[in-house]
Amino acid sequence: MFEDFFKVVKHRFNGNEEEVSGPAFKCPRCQGTVPLERYEELLRVCPACNYHGRLSARERIALTFDKGSFEEFDSNMISCDPIGFPNYPEKQAELREVTGLNDAIVTGTALVRGEKAVVGIMDSRYMMASMGSVVGEKIARAFEYATENNLPVIMFTASGGARMQEGIVSLMQMAKTSGAVKLHSDNGGLYITVLTDPTTGGVTASFASLGDIIIAEPKILIGFAGRRVIESTMKQRLPEDFQLAEFMQDKGFVDMIVDRKKMRKTLAKLLAMHAPEEKEV
Amino acid sequence: MENNKTAWERLALVHTKGRPTIRDYIPLIFTDFYEMHGDRLYGDDHAVIGGIARLDGKPVTIIAQVKGRDLNENKECNFAMPLPEGYRKALRLAKQAEKFHRPVICFIDTPGAYAGMAAEERGQGEAIAKNIAEFMTLRTPIISIVLGEGGSGGALALGVCDELAMLENAQYSVVSPRGFASILWKDASREEEACNIMQVTADDMVRLGVAETVIEEPLGGAHNDLDKISENIKEYLSLKIEEKCQKDIDELLKARYTKFRKIGEFTE
Repeated sequence: MFEDFFKVVKHRFNGNEEEVSGPAFKCPRCQGTVPLERYEELLRVCPACNYHGRLSARERIALTFDKGSFEEFDSNMISCDPIGFPNYPEKQAELREVTGLNDAIVTGTALVRGEKAVVGIMDSRYMMASMGSVVGEKIARAFEYATENNLPVIMFTASGGARMQEGIVSLMQMAKTSGAVKLHSDNGGLYITVLTDPTTGGVTASFASLGDIIIAEPKILIGFAGRRVIESTMKQRLPEDFQLAEFMQDKGFVDMIVDRKKMRKTLAKLLAMHAPEEKEV
Repeated sequence: MENNKTAWERLALVHTKGRPTIRDYIPLIFTDFYEMHGDRLYGDDHAVIGGIARLDGKPVTIIAQVKGRDLNENKECNFAMPLPEGYRKALRLAKQAEKFHRPVICFIDTPGAYAGMAAEERGQGEAIAKNIAEFMTLRTPIISIVLGEGGSGGALALGVCDELAMLENAQYSVVSPRGFASILWKDASREEEACNIMQVTADDMVRLGVAETVIEEPLGGAHNDLDKISENIKEYLSLKIEEKCQKDIDELLKARYTKFRKIGEFTE
């Protein structure tokens, strides 16, 4: 799926008029192009506008957590086909093959500069990280584990919303996950949400919006309804920055916007300030 | 019960002009209804009404999505598509009910939460998420009934409850059949086909563990006999409210969490 974004195109880089051939990344925000190699070196951040691009769950784990500290939960969980949607099982089998994932989220425990947390990382390559039975169940179990063991939770969200191929069962995952978050919260647990590109629909309308602390990566999309849906009902063009992280922070729904290269440190500091025995890191 | 109708035919019934709305039901089911306005934060959304009333003489809190019976009413209530302030009003009234130990009765009847710039700017996602989370641990019984359409997260925001009932022809879905066809098949004109495979009927909800009860409608649909359908709803509510009020609240909350916790189909 990532390959789709990296088309071999003629491009301009950093206002340089020189045209370079080769694999390039076209930024969905500023429309600028960057040589792919450079974009990868920058941890998939657009050098022109600071848009923070999409990472796979494995890449996010490698970037954020202490080396070798991630221990995965429920790695073999696979979704069934609750409404018998045509080709849903086949599509999933294919995606498992292509992505190496069993569904759209990876959960487990990890250390962030020595601070232990229960973590979840959504991966948009898998059906746009939509939430069906597996995503819902893994999140609920992760929060229940965190509640039982008095651990904080960090969720890296990304999602197109509920997984329609699972019908009403997918909608109910919003209740399942939000309920588990609430019990964790009532038990005094810390929950940090890191919104990544894009966090939308039923995920925005459930666990992604329930963090004690809500962090977003720069220039990422955050919303409930899709831009095209809104434009068609309103019959007018929306502002360029509509539903971007900076817009949502301005409207009061995001605590802080944090660059990817500072994420690890920020999370470690926040975890430490909420640790049972407060300490400095 | 009429068992031979397709989901699409039932959806047509739900859209029939003259299908009763919450405004028709309240005077026939409750007494002493006093409407309460506003979310105390921003405004008063007309797609959600709420207030207190008596059921069998006992005080209850009512929270309901409002469909219009004609174009003027529909403009007034934004076609039953709530804004964030509608959900926040619902939560305020639910918390009020908790404080005064009144059960909460939610009536769901919406094509979905409003999709618009104002809704996004004021946090539609956050408003729905918060209701879902807070209703899960609200320390008073909650019964929800889907009257017509239960559309997506906009319905679920009033749908976290101890028991859910569906009117016989009512539907509950993750997205409208039109949206489903348009998103998954890139062809909105296949909405009838979508509706029939999505599993959205009252019976589907019971089978999938989403609803516990189907409330029978008069032959041909609720609009054919308002007194009868109101009586059926009232009978159900009287029974369930009494039953839930007798339960230990911690047991009730555990059962509420479990009801949603067990929905999902996976292997490992």
